[in-house]
Amino acid sequence: MLRDITIGQYYPADSVIHKLDPRTKLMATMIYILSLFIFRGLAGFAAVTLGLFLVILLSKVPIGYMVKGLKAIVVILLITVIFNLFLTPGETLVSFWKLRITEEGLRNAAFMTVRLIYLILGSSILTLTTTPNQLTDGLEKSLRPLNKIRVPVHEIAMMMSIALRFIPILIEETDKIMKAQLARGADFESGNLVKKAKAMVPLLVPLFISAFRRANDLALAMEARCYNGGDGRTKMKPLKYKGADAAAYLLAAVYFAVVILLRSFM
Amino acid sequence: MSIILDKVNYVYSEKTAYEIQALKDINLKINDGEFIGIIGHTGSGKSTLIQHLNGLVKASSGGIYYNGQDIYDADYKLKDLRGKVGLVFQYPEHQLFETTVFADVCFGPRNRGLSRKDSELKAFTALRSVGLSEDYWYRSPFELSGGQKRRTAIAGVLAMEPEVLVLDEPTAGLDPKGRDEILDLVAKLHRERQMTVILVSHSMEDVAKYVQRLIVMNHGSVLYDGTPAEVFAHYRELEEVGLAAPQVTYLMHELRKRGIPANGVATTLEEAKQSIMQAFSEKYSEQKATHWQ
Repeated sequence: MLRDITIGQYYPADSVIHKLDPRTKLMATMIYILSLFIFRGLAGFAAVTLGLFLVILLSKVPIGYMVKGLKAIVVILLITVIFNLFLTPGETLVSFWKLRITEEGLRNAAFMTVRLIYLILGSSILTLTTTPNQLTDGLEKSLRPLNKIRVPVHEIAMMMSIALRFIPILIEETDKIMKAQLARGADFESGNLVKKAKAMVPLLVPLFISAFRRANDLALAMEARCYNGGDGRTKMKPLKYKGADAAAYLLAAVYFAVVILLRSFM
Repeated sequence: MSIILDKVNYVYSEKTAYEIQALKDINLKINDGEFIGIIGHTGSGKSTLIQHLNGLVKASSGGIYYNGQDIYDADYKLKDLRGKVGLVFQYPEHQLFETTVFADVCFGPRNRGLSRKDSELKAFTALRSVGLSEDYWYRSPFELSGGQKRRTAIAGVLAMEPEVLVLDEPTAGLDPKGRDEILDLVAKLHRERQMTVILVSHSMEDVAKYVQRLIVMNHGSVLYDGTPAEVFAHYRELEEVGLAAPQVTYLMHELRKRGIPANGVATTLEEAKQSIMQAFSEKYSEQKATHWQ
């Protein structure tokens, strides 16, 4: 049951996008997200759509996977559509009972929906083409300058990698503990909220103890292999920019420029 | 008491890319008072099988009957079944959570709806059975040693007074003395309380010494089901499926090869000792006879 949850949505494939440096992808995603909120009008919409679908094609990830992420925001989308449709002032198109749909409302609803959908799709591409560890490596390297203002960049990145690594382990542990307590007659399902919360204690206490025990063992193991923090530590897979990254940065810049320019065509 | 498994199948992650059939067409009858051992290679389905016995896992197909009642019936209370079939998982000390040992052992009976007084009585008896000194009863379970924690966890299941006790590798991670203590405890419970005991183990020596009936699992099916002597006679086939016979059995076969009439189906140290002594005394008396002639 619990073992069916897969963390991160990484979809392995041999594509141009997969091979890009994670920093490039992070930067490109940020630019893309900005562009989503800057673009105006149909021309802008066309530009953004073109950019998104070009990347989707290049990534070689099946559309089905991308669409999965949209399921999570169906509710938000519905709320957005409803709010924009019925509450925007302007020229009435249709009205029944006390509700009015305006032209502005229709346009706003459409654009907001598109923005949200494109937002999810774009971020999905990031997580579908980059492994969680690549992402933390990318973040660590990009945020390195923050070391100068005493931000512990390496430690934060290490914490993130370890956390990601332990999610499946702790899920399995939770499963085991839950079964052991169920075997002693524990009941996690019935009762009101308070009762259910209390029922969590036999699950959470052993889980925390287990997590601390693992953390302790891991720390000892890391020290035994000479881990001493980030100073002077080299990487097995150092991040190095390649030609494709330069091209990607260039294309992202051009894309952004185009989107900004198209605003003035409205 | 009887447990019947009828054509039980279990598939993990059905209809996904990770689909695995863990149990294939299992037909078993567990009788009252038996002491059964289950052995099998890693991934053979042993743990999956025992989790079906107390309804923690629901079979993909097939039926399970406890005392003749279908446990998958809509009206059947699985929570009650779990009180009657006590399952002790591997490394059971990981389930301890209460502030004192005593309180943790009371958890089981409390969940079964017993009053505080009755639960405490059961906990008292259970802790006595596992031989944990009263000095430790009111301490935090996390202050105890590994072996003591394990005994606390086993007491936690015994406190529910189950009819059947199922243990998944109860000796995992213990030193030889600890292992003997736990297994002797289990044997004692079987003897004194007429509890049906099912022991999943990786140690051929352990099962050979204690169990009356041995079930061998192989890739989700039952390969052998008989007395230890019967099962270990197939030691070549057992080797092929990643298991072995007890060391003693191999020794006996080697002795036979060298002309000593040792008993090839001896599976415990005691049986081997008797057999070897017998064989040598016969040989010695033969020699004595020829010498005097």
